Amino acid sequence: MDTTHCFHCGSDIPKADEVIFSDKHFCCHGCKTVFEIFSSSGLESYYDLAQSPGATPLTNTGKYDFLDNEKIVQRLLQFNEGNTQIVQLNIPHIHCSSCIWILENLRKLRPEISASQVNFHRKTVRITFDAQQLSLKELVNLLCAIGYEPYISLEDYDAKEISESKTLTYKLGVAFFCFGNIMLLSFPEYFEMKEYWLDQYRGFFRMLIFGLSLPSFIYSASGYYVAAYKSLKHKMLNIEIPIALGIVIMFVRSVVDITFDYGPGFFDSLTGLIFFMLLGKMFQIKTYSFLSFERDYKSYFPIAVTRLNQGKEENVPIYEIIPGDRLLIRNQELIPADGILISKTASIDYSFVTGESVPVVKQSGDKIYAGGRLNGSVIEMNVLQSVSQSYLTQLWSNEIFEKKSERKFQSITDQISHYFTPVLLALAFAGFGYWIFRSTDTAFNVFTAVLIVACPCALALTAPFTLGNMLRIYGKAKFYIKNAPVIEQLSKVDTIVFDKTGTITSGKLSSITYQGKKLDVHQQQWVKNIVRASNHPLSRLLYDYLPEGVTETITGFEEIPGGGIQGEISGNTIRIGSANFVGAQAENNAKQTVIYISINHEVLGKYIFHNQYREGLSELFSDLHRKYEIRVLSGDNQGERTVLEKLLPDGVTLVFNQKPEQKLQYIKSLQEQGKCVMMVGDGLNDAGALAQSDVGISISENVNVFSPACDAILDATEFGQLNQFLRLSKNAMLTIKLSFGLSLLYNVVGLSFALTGNLLPLVAAIIMPLSTVTIVSFVTLMSNFYGRKLGQKVKLPKHDKYHGLPASGKVILDV
Amino acid sequence: MSVIYLLISISIVVAICFFAAFVRAVKSGQYEDDYTPSVRMLFDDELKKTSENSNTNQNQ
Repeated sequence: MDTTHCFHCGSDIPKADEVIFSDKHFCCHGCKTVFEIFSSSGLESYYDLAQSPGATPLTNTGKYDFLDNEKIVQRLLQFNEGNTQIVQLNIPHIHCSSCIWILENLRKLRPEISASQVNFHRKTVRITFDAQQLSLKELVNLLCAIGYEPYISLEDYDAKEISESKTLTYKLGVAFFCFGNIMLLSFPEYFEMKEYWLDQYRGFFRMLIFGLSLPSFIYSASGYYVAAYKSLKHKMLNIEIPIALGIVIMFVRSVVDITFDYGPGFFDSLTGLIFFMLLGKMFQIKTYSFLSFERDYKSYFPIAVTRLNQGKEENVPIYEIIPGDRLLIRNQELIPADGILISKTASIDYSFVTGESVPVVKQSGDKIYAGGRLNGSVIEMNVLQSVSQSYLTQLWSNEIFEKKSERKFQSITDQISHYFTPVLLALAFAGFGYWIFRSTDTAFNVFTAVLIVACPCALALTAPFTLGNMLRIYGKAKFYIKNAPVIEQLSKVDTIVFDKTGTITSGKLSSITYQGKKLDVHQQQWVKNIVRASNHPLSRLLYDYLPEGVTETITGFEEIPGGGIQGEISGNTIRIGSANFVGAQAENNAKQTVIYISINHEVLGKYIFHNQYREGLSELFSDLHRKYEIRVLSGDNQGERTVLEKLLPDGVTLVFNQKPEQKLQYIKSLQEQGKCVMMVGDGLNDAGALAQSDVGISISENVNVFSPACDAILDATEFGQLNQFLRLSKNAMLTIKLSFGLSLLYNVVGLSFALTGNLLPLVAAIIMPLSTVTIVSFVTLMSNFYGRKLGQKVKLPKHDKYHGLPASGKVILDV
Repeated sequence: MSVIYLLISISIVVAICFFAAFVRAVKSGQYEDDYTPSVRMLFDDELKKTSENSNTNQNQ
């Protein structure tokens, strides 16, 4: 049995903290407690379904006290009548079949819960419980206790039921129903048999076909009429115009045909066309329901905070905070508004905002900014600005966040149809003009036939199928794109702007250097022994960095929050921590992360922690540099300039000291120079730049953790592949252009039938599906061919009995 | 010969039944989560059984 990894959560067991319970090894008491809860309720099979599926529970009493507030609870509940309440909670930790199993068996833990249902892709659980016996707060605390902390944010507070449009599914269903039945009923006509009873029932068959085509024509195709009308209103020649025109003409001509018994009409082609085009639309939509591309700061911030009112604690919704309020912030809670620190010290983690992972230490009287997360014991603060007026949240008052979806660009299909539509109409009228002097009947036939056969079904299908397929290929390579138009934008990019911290650096500090008097082997061992006892991230890093040695007994170990750690080993006092703590002279270099060492009150030196640049950064930049203009924006000072200049190819512009607002303006000014800008960023401070850019890509170490609003989310491990992703988007466009050529070829063949007045319904019925099938298979083959390089790299590690999601180990829970 | 009216009507009615079933399925949300049910059906219903299973697993 594995003894180095926690039985519950799978993380490495630090020997000092190891807990052994019923022959199982745990990394901490939290994990052991969860195991106890499960085993006492007979739920051990949680551990059989997947290996180490759990998360360490957060012992965080008081965090959810705001759920006592009746108003907030009412808005969170989905259903509330009598004693039955239903709530839907988002649980980011849901990642394997064990999670589904345990969450759906919650009723075994608490009989008050009558049912619970998980939606794996959305990472939500819907719980029905008895409000008389169990309050929402107790329920949430129960979930926290078993390591499934729900994520409750302001977004839920303003919740409106996310009603995903089922309309397209209905339309597709109707279209398929009509298409299938009409095809069957049309068979007798295809063979043109002069059999007595087929002739006799022809009228009946045609009436049925006509009736069946109505729902498809009126309901399923309605989207095209609306789109065509809109584009006419805006005086744009969209692809929808010839489509809508084709559909209407086809219908009218068919009705005329069957009324006057000229022929069977084109109902089969008509319904087939509508069905295939809707299918394309459906295929283009690839949603990652577990990701959200629209988050703003509201989803990061808690719903309520604790306010101290004349010494009494009360929970108030975050929007009711006004300047002057005294707030109480607990460990792991977010600072909701700018303010002044009242308590002595606080260590605040701004990784959400800047991507910097090492907590910043603040002293009493320092200004602290909204968005930081408190590490350590409870603090008090005085509010200076209301939530929406704070330094970070002000960014969202920029107009770019208002009209985001309104930004329009001409897609490649629109560009083609800009020429296609006039040519088509000209051809139709030319054919009409040519035939009108010979035979009026044929003239009308030709006119309608041209519009029918040229109805750009294949043309309209090309882009959806290519881009839809590309979205899936990208998704497999862990590059999650919001929607299809983003791929087109991606291919047009000529300038790439990178954020520094958290984007091109990994956010993890890893390389460590030592400066000062050389430590001998014993002294190094002392330091290692001291840091072993501390859980601070820097201690952990230093512990891993120092060479392995003997374990010695420490006496008088003490950890001073915001200061450092100290202890005695065989009579020597060792202090490790900030300059103030060890008595060294503080240097004016705020951006460097440093810890000082003093032994027997003599300051010996300091360890400097450097940001690690992402793997393959140099190669990526020199590849990208050949084709794109590259800029690097950083909120930091110039400290790293020389390192970066050495690492990156010449000609990369580096800009330092950029505030969030300035980053946004920087992108804007590039765009004003006519550039198509792609922004690659991570934290909330990049949110403005991401929204302003033509393509905003958010880098994420863990895609389950929420990233700012953007067009695409890139898993940090795939950062080195960025160039391939960009190349692939260009290839996608090439594929589309090639298949446009192919579909135009079909149009030429079809038009030659139409212009000579020979378009039989059977010909139309053959050309239409044939062109569709070839186009769809062509683009699928081509895009898979281009995407195969990416596909090879992706290996899904199998850790789970039922599916191959990678073992995420510990998932950081947010808010 | 009028049997053809009857047969065609029946076939259309059957088709409409299937269509109605489809609409019902969409309405009830079957297409919103196409993953979780596939995992759920593999779980054993009775907890006792699963703990027995886990015992036998351990014995192996």
